[in-house]
Amino acid sequence: MALSFMEGNEAVARGAMAAGCNFFAGYPITPATTIFANMLTMLPPKGGVCIQGEDEIASMGYCIGASMAGKKVLTATSGPGISLYSEQISFAIGSEIPMVIVDVQRLGPSTGSATRGADSDIQFLRWGNTGGIPVVVLAPKDALDCYLLTVHAFNFAEMLRCPVFIASNKEIGMTRESVDLDSLVLPPIVDRKQFQANNINNGKYIPFEAEPSAAPDFLPIGGKTLVRQTSSTHGPDGYITIDPNLIEENQERLRNKIFSAEEELTLYEENHREGADTLLISYGVTSRAAEDACAMLQKTGKPVSTLTLKTLWPVPKKLIRAKAAPYKRIVVIEMNLGQYIDNIERVLPEKKISFYGQMDGVLIKPSKIIEVIENEKKYELHGETSRDQSAHNNRNIDYEINSHAHDSVCKNDGENTRKCHGGN
Amino acid sequence: MDSFLNTKRPPVFCPGCTHERITKALDTALVKLDIPADKTVIVSDIGCSGLFDTFFDVHALHGLHGRALTYAAGLKLADPELNVIVTMGDGGLGIGGAHVLAACRKNLDLTLIILNNFNFGMTGGQYSVTTPSDAVVGSEFLNQAEIPIDICSVAKSAGATWINRCSGHDSELSNIMCQAMQHKGFSVVETLGMCTGRYTKRNALTPKVIDDMVERLPSYKGIVEQNQRPEYGDQYRKLASEKTSFPELFKVEKMFDLEKRLDIKDQTALENHRRQEIVILGSAGMRIVTAGDMVCYAAISAGLNASMKNDYNITVLRGQSVSELILSYDKIGYAGIESPTIVIAISDEGVQRRKAMFAQLEPSTLLLKEKSVDIPETCAKVVEIDFKELKIKKQDWALASLGFIAARGQGITMEMLDFALKSRFKPALYESAMETVKKVASI
Repeated sequence: MALSFMEGNEAVARGAMAAGCNFFAGYPITPATTIFANMLTMLPPKGGVCIQGEDEIASMGYCIGASMAGKKVLTATSGPGISLYSEQISFAIGSEIPMVIVDVQRLGPSTGSATRGADSDIQFLRWGNTGGIPVVVLAPKDALDCYLLTVHAFNFAEMLRCPVFIASNKEIGMTRESVDLDSLVLPPIVDRKQFQANNINNGKYIPFEAEPSAAPDFLPIGGKTLVRQTSSTHGPDGYITIDPNLIEENQERLRNKIFSAEEELTLYEENHREGADTLLISYGVTSRAAEDACAMLQKTGKPVSTLTLKTLWPVPKKLIRAKAAPYKRIVVIEMNLGQYIDNIERVLPEKKISFYGQMDGVLIKPSKIIEVIENEKKYELHGETSRDQSAHNNRNIDYEINSHAHDSVCKNDGENTRKCHGGN
Repeated sequence: MDSFLNTKRPPVFCPGCTHERITKALDTALVKLDIPADKTVIVSDIGCSGLFDTFFDVHALHGLHGRALTYAAGLKLADPELNVIVTMGDGGLGIGGAHVLAACRKNLDLTLIILNNFNFGMTGGQYSVTTPSDAVVGSEFLNQAEIPIDICSVAKSAGATWINRCSGHDSELSNIMCQAMQHKGFSVVETLGMCTGRYTKRNALTPKVIDDMVERLPSYKGIVEQNQRPEYGDQYRKLASEKTSFPELFKVEKMFDLEKRLDIKDQTALENHRRQEIVILGSAGMRIVTAGDMVCYAAISAGLNASMKNDYNITVLRGQSVSELILSYDKIGYAGIESPTIVIAISDEGVQRRKAMFAQLEPSTLLLKEKSVDIPETCAKVVEIDFKELKIKKQDWALASLGFIAARGQGITMEMLDFALKSRFKPALYESAMETVKKVASI
């Protein structure tokens, strides 16, 4: 076994190279900058193109242009950059332009904290496009995942002709760690399906013609056959349309091509422990503390199983249902105040679910997770109290009403218990 | 070819709109140049200029408002053989101003045709960045409080290598477009025209008035001498081709067996030894990250897993620099520091950043501190070293500290450290680093 030492961002860059990436455009932003820096050392020697855009919007525009010319494209940013990317993300989704977008998440909202981690953008990535078209979002838990999931992301992007997001985190992207890249089993590289003239299509390329749940075949702008691309609502021919039937068919196809691929897109890790009646579901860097917590509990004779979701969107409903089935209780931990828990509740309506979310710029400790596991009442979502009331409790906020105080401040006492003093 | 116009989709402009003339002039230009359709793309912006991609039988990309130049750049960088023509109105100039400036500065071989008709035709004739202050527009009085920009002069100051301003009714328009497309570099053709649906309804703008405007405004007739320079794509490829060395993955095989070397007597010590948590508390310029790197590479050479989290200021030349390292025989999950086994305190700033940690340190923790550094009260086993007296420069204190812990087999050994330094540093640097390390190792 030979180990290398790298941060998650370098692993993303190396994964992208392994996937055949040959174009990068981006704009520097902590904590994603080193993906750009790494691509700038890796692409030129391999004949690829690496560009610094004048801003994030331009970077996405360069990526869209290059992808339409047939390149395998990567870009990387953080939450504030995703905000600026969003108009172009809508274009790439709606007009089926493949690319991989890495979001090395930092603590939001807004400018937030450049060097503090959080899984801030889990909902933003899902719903950040006009039209609400489903997207593919993969969440790595460490540097090794950054490499592996980037390869998967390129494959999914090429297969479905869509942007695929990597929801990384400052705590993964900028943490250096030993990795054994030789231990990885990489999927075979997928390239977008090129249009082939045959008897059925009479050799005529119709740029957005596709099966009801599939992506259209691709031809590059600049090739022998003329290609049309447009951000406007279009029919199969790539011209603007107001035909309700064509519009509906296209909307449904954009939706179905993602949802019908749910099982193919589902990536996860699990650790089933004999005798466990509780399943802990988490994702991203938090799943590492979750695994540590469960290993400690195992030693004290209290086995708890874990499920680490690597695919967050589309929601791996079948997986979650199947894996949760044998367990009495589900515990969900997130490095935000609950951006994914609603999906777990939706998929597992009959289960007893506990939740803990933390968003204060530091990693959730294994000891905190043990506390959540051991305090079923305190963290239960559907207890005796109403949903809203219990949700507040489960976010571990104690409300103290002080009728004399006019200020409203939140304090962190170091135990991640926030006390909010509310004004009247 | 006689025409590149798409006979199935004829222009749909309002009667009298200058855009229709520009469509025809562009077609004539494409025919004159005998341009290959499959190596030509029209990238259109939003608004009436955004219809252009549908009129021609060439490749087409119609995107978001103001961003046309960004797609054009991506296409051109990906496929340098493409002839890339961008059509954009005065609206796109305003919303995409940053991209216009960047395109001028870069000098990528694109042709930008600006269809300036002094207002937003499609949304009701609101004012744009080129609307005269005395025009009557759909934004009530707002244009009266601003002045229009001269986009050609802006382009010139931003470094455009080829600029022409003309009337959209100019009989030479197709020839001007030919010259623009033949120019190797970024070319800008600003056409001034009439929006008959909106603007000319309330403003006395005629081809004659436009001719007067062109006459009155600074003249741009093509090559901008002072801005001549190599085309961006060529320049980029030339510079990039000099970057021939790919940063190959550096892999380390296990070569040292730490368990055998260390004399570990009791079970607790062995447990501790299985997972070392090391915190280096320093300041910017003390090469804290490099020292952390060396510890991790040393650990990896003994087959250990390693992780490193750094904490330093955005202003990199000032403030604390803290490195948190975990070395473990087991897979590292949670990468935060819970119970440090070794703390290296070599600056007050670093200590202040983690001052809460000191009260919680275990008696078994080795706390190595520089003589001049103040530390809060702690139960840890404190060892003080006077680096100044040893004539070790401040920037080497972190490295020197590694010599101390390695000599005692705390977490890493001397041969592991020697390996790390040798494999990561150039020979001369390695020699001097080992000299520093040995000074402290022999204490």
